[in-house]
Amino acid sequence: MIVTPITDGIVIDHITCGKAMELYKILNLDELDCTIAILRNVQSQKLGRKDIIKIDRVLDLNYDVISCIDPGITVNIIKDGKLLKRKHLELPERIEGIFKCKNPRCITSVEHELPQVFKLTDRETRVYSCEYCETPVKKK
Amino acid sequence: MQHLIDIMDMTVEEVDQLILKAEDIIANPAAYAEKCRGKKLATLFFEPSTRTRLSFEAAMYELGGHVLGFADANSSSATKGETVADTIRVVGCYADIIAMRHPKEGAPLVATQVANVPIINAGDGGHNHPTQTLTDLLTIHREKGTYEGLTIGFCGDLKFGRTVHSLLQAMCRYPNTKFVLIAPDELKIPGYLRDKLDKLNIPYTETPDLESAMPELDVLYMTRVQQERFFNEADYVRLKDTYILTPEKLSKAKSDMIILHPLPRVNEIPRAIDDDPRACYFKQVLNGKYARMALIMKLLGIS
Repeated sequence: MIVTPITDGIVIDHITCGKAMELYKILNLDELDCTIAILRNVQSQKLGRKDIIKIDRVLDLNYDVISCIDPGITVNIIKDGKLLKRKHLELPERIEGIFKCKNPRCITSVEHELPQVFKLTDRETRVYSCEYCETPVKKK
Repeated sequence: MQHLIDIMDMTVEEVDQLILKAEDIIANPAAYAEKCRGKKLATLFFEPSTRTRLSFEAAMYELGGHVLGFADANSSSATKGETVADTIRVVGCYADIIAMRHPKEGAPLVATQVANVPIINAGDGGHNHPTQTLTDLLTIHREKGTYEGLTIGFCGDLKFGRTVHSLLQAMCRYPNTKFVLIAPDELKIPGYLRDKLDKLNIPYTETPDLESAMPELDVLYMTRVQQERFFNEADYVRLKDTYILTPEKLSKAKSDMIILHPLPRVNEIPRAIDDDPRACYFKQVLNGKYARMALIMKLLGIS
């Protein structure tokens, strides 16, 4: 299968196999009108198999979201057919609006206009906890 | 501006200073009788709690200050759908310091985000109750003379018991603390606290058996199995009588062990125990007032 190289755009690489569609949805890539390729189960020396998303346009991505979903991802920015920048992502200390607290006793369960804020409480095990009630959300 | 939302917001040094201040208030109450003259404490109790509210109010009166507030959400604008943030903004116009209790976890943190006066968390759901922890720490300090090298048994509802969660975390910061966590499977401490103990390498054992744990304890912290924390009444009925401290069980304890309880009790400590010199739960109530006096002064910047 051949997917042609992009001249100006973004390649989201080293996505854990099966997570490309989750990223596609959460980054709202369906709202773009440019060409997007989602490659699944691509052979990878590093991961065995991986997913890749290629976007035929340079745009601002929410790196916090990406690193939360899958922190091993690399993001390559391509300009004039050349690699302009490669980003290795790290888990953000604080994230807003990605997770929703599931604790029915949390203040956010009744005051819906409060921002859903989570803090990284254990980098090693990738645990985020609700800023308000400290209920953890563990990413798979 | 300083608030108290979680006991862990305070450093060990700050806690120790506050406990020493409370000890000084106990020794010289007259010296503190005018310290908060002209200051107003608002007690906002969105969830009823007579003893904690009265303790705050007594503390403020003994410092020479005034008190305003409400005792349950039905007498506040919360029934009209007002947000916590708006209530705090409004009350901040009237009071110099706010003590709030709220059934929803994290509500006091929301309050701090908009407050122009210090906020004291007087209990938020099953989450935190830092002034009870200061009360517990003051009682341990007065009765045991130290925080070091103590084996502390927590008994009863360790899952929803916020006083347990707060005291356990506070005591983790002192050297050579050991915990014995006595609870049925359904009411064991939450995973995040167990992870914390593991990470800090704090020795602890978990057991469902109060009697066998008794001989090694320096402090026994009893708790009530609280009906309001259960969604299902059948679960509450099944577990409420699980841990009762009988004189027979107590006979296995050290002679200088102390028994603490955040109160109110239901039947987990029979009245027969009250006259035992190890029973410290009513001393705890009195200590709570002094701990809150020291805290109000600290947050108002009064020395």
